[in-house]
Amino acid sequence: MLDYIWLIPAFPAIGFLLNGFLGKRYPKSVVGWVACSALGLSFLTSILVFFELLGMAPAERHFEKVIFDWVVSGSFQTVIGYQIDPLSILMALVVSGVSFFIHIYSVGYMHDDPGYPRYFTYLNLFVFMMLNLVLANNFLLMFVGWEGVGLCSYLLIGFWFEKDSAANAGKKAFVVNRVGDFGFLLGMFLLFTSLGKHGIWTLHFSEVFANAHLLDPTTVTAITLLFFVGACGKSAQIPLYVWLPDAMEGPTPVSSLIHAATMVTAGVYMIARCNVLYSMAPVSMMIVAIVGVATALYTASIGICQNDIKKVLAYSTISQLGYMFLGVGVGAFSAGIFHLMTHAFFKGLLFLGAGSVMHALSGELDMRKMGGLRKKTPVTFWTFFFATMAIAGIPGLSGFFSKDEILWQAFSSPHGYWLLWAVAALAAGMTAFYMFRALFMTFWGECRAEEHVKHHIHESPKIMTFPLMILAVLSVIGGYIGVPHVLGGANHIHEFLAPVLGGGAEPAKAHAAVALLSQAWASGGEGGASSATLEYVLMAVSVAIAFIGIGMAYLFYVKNPALPKSAAEKLNGLYRLVFNKYYVDEIYQLLFINSLKNLGTGLWRGFDEFIIDGTVNGIAYLFGWLSNAMRRMQTGLVQNYAFSMVIGGVILAGYYVVRAIFY
Amino acid sequence: MWVVPTIPPALYLMLSGVLFTIGVIGALTRRNAIVVFMCIELMLNAVNLTFITLSHFLRSMDGVIFAFFVMAVAAAEAAVGLAIFVLIYRSRETINVDEINLLKW
Repeated sequence: MLDYIWLIPAFPAIGFLLNGFLGKRYPKSVVGWVACSALGLSFLTSILVFFELLGMAPAERHFEKVIFDWVVSGSFQTVIGYQIDPLSILMALVVSGVSFFIHIYSVGYMHDDPGYPRYFTYLNLFVFMMLNLVLANNFLLMFVGWEGVGLCSYLLIGFWFEKDSAANAGKKAFVVNRVGDFGFLLGMFLLFTSLGKHGIWTLHFSEVFANAHLLDPTTVTAITLLFFVGACGKSAQIPLYVWLPDAMEGPTPVSSLIHAATMVTAGVYMIARCNVLYSMAPVSMMIVAIVGVATALYTASIGICQNDIKKVLAYSTISQLGYMFLGVGVGAFSAGIFHLMTHAFFKGLLFLGAGSVMHALSGELDMRKMGGLRKKTPVTFWTFFFATMAIAGIPGLSGFFSKDEILWQAFSSPHGYWLLWAVAALAAGMTAFYMFRALFMTFWGECRAEEHVKHHIHESPKIMTFPLMILAVLSVIGGYIGVPHVLGGANHIHEFLAPVLGGGAEPAKAHAAVALLSQAWASGGEGGASSATLEYVLMAVSVAIAFIGIGMAYLFYVKNPALPKSAAEKLNGLYRLVFNKYYVDEIYQLLFINSLKNLGTGLWRGFDEFIIDGTVNGIAYLFGWLSNAMRRMQTGLVQNYAFSMVIGGVILAGYYVVRAIFY
Repeated sequence: MWVVPTIPPALYLMLSGVLFTIGVIGALTRRNAIVVFMCIELMLNAVNLTFITLSHFLRSMDGVIFAFFVMAVAAAEAAVGLAIFVLIYRSRETINVDEINLLKW
């Protein structure tokens, strides 16, 4: 079976080609059928490979399949090849599985859209690229996938390109991602050349990581930071997060698949994949953790004040991605990947639920015009409810286990620090608040929709509710593969990923900054028993924070609906600041976009139009002027021509005569 | 038999030069295309005279052959040229060269 891992990305590629070239020829049902079965087969293959991998000894769970040589140049060569190890198969399972259910959902959701075949073509292409990203066995092929998902993201955000806002959002996503991709590319170049100095010209994962010890710490830090720039772009972290909220212009299943479950987690995957490099660069790890936790808190605060349901979810996604980066940043790579997986379930579900709500309310996005949908759309409500509980960190659901793992690691790992934990816990409380706010505003209270919308509120068709239910089940039980030891679990996912990601956070290297950070904690870090007690205490604290957040949401939006308004009025300045997303878009507009625009305009007017065009046109004008002067010689009178001939003859003859006389 | 007085070659060549110059001046100054044409013929024949003279005095047949070529070309040219004049006259009712000046800037 392992020999056939190339089938995992091949099925979506076939679906893409079929729908892309023939999609308009055959009926809609066939398009949906082709796309879904491509994903289904891909998912099935992943499952089979997964079980085969489980049957092997943990140390042997690594397999590479080379399809063909791609670049062969001197001593450097790169192949199109796929690799299976616990990390990549887990990612492949999440990607193909969640994609499969979202494809099914899309069949219902996009049913009346004229761009139906185009939609599924892009979606299949996206999954193909994403699978390339996670299954690649070298950086170059990973980069192809990396760019490919960016392209598909652009195409799908701007899917309704007739709308200006959608087209602009797509463009914004693409441009911001380019900034990150540039960093990733530079990191790759630096890695390539600095390994090349030691005679190892390779971008192959296993060779790079086996030889990583040859690199000096400064270089590794630079490489990992450049990679992190790429991750910031793709995974929407500060300062490159601005594209993700706008990306909500795309169809809702796209937001669910690309901008919640899969593509945006590529950065986390990449860092986990490069864990060998990151473990060598404590400074980079610290920066990753700090950026992650800052993003988590910052975007959670924005999420509180948003009224657009998809925007709330978008900011929530960025915030959760921040948690994942916090996890990998403190060296808890498996915790980050674990949260990535559970997040794919519950956030994918939340977006699909939001899509179902929009479906019921004729496309309404504003939560102030929702409410009271609990009875009318029960399936959507219950699934949304479970997903909200999962993301808020209610004990027993998937989000609790993964988030708590990260919080615990942020506190206790050698790279951790109590402040990281405190900020992350605060953000967790805010998460609980804004998610339950969304839940209450959408499903509780009176229906505030307009009359004509109210009449045909209805539950979505079965084809849409079925994926909701599946994902809800996964959101509830998904966490049980990673129950921590203190709760009597076995933490299977941690063990499963251990061959790739290491047994846990490595002991801190002697580095001043890290030493400083962990100093505060070092005094408290005693032995096993007290550590377990501490873990219980922290767990209880984070659960308490979550419940406080939920309680406040209940107080604000169910008990006393007038409260939010008065609170907003009391904190007018702060509210306005947060409501307008801290004016970051405006600041970026001012700082980067305008200055670049001015530079561009300056170059256009000054250099392009003046110098380049000036040179070209100047030469043309010069010869125009010259020939204008010269053409007067053509008088049309034969005798003038004859006369000039005579003059020429005389001069010629004169020359020879003079020469004959004088020389 | 009378003896043909020997005329030195310089005289032949001078005659040729004078004829050529007359031809040039005529070709440049006369307005009537026929006259211009005749002047050109004059120039050709002046050149022919030079050829014959030098051929005779250098005892080489090359010049004679060239003279024949020039005559043949001149005859052909006369045929074409006169045909052109006839056509120009038909369309413009003049063969004054200073009025035939449409082919210009």
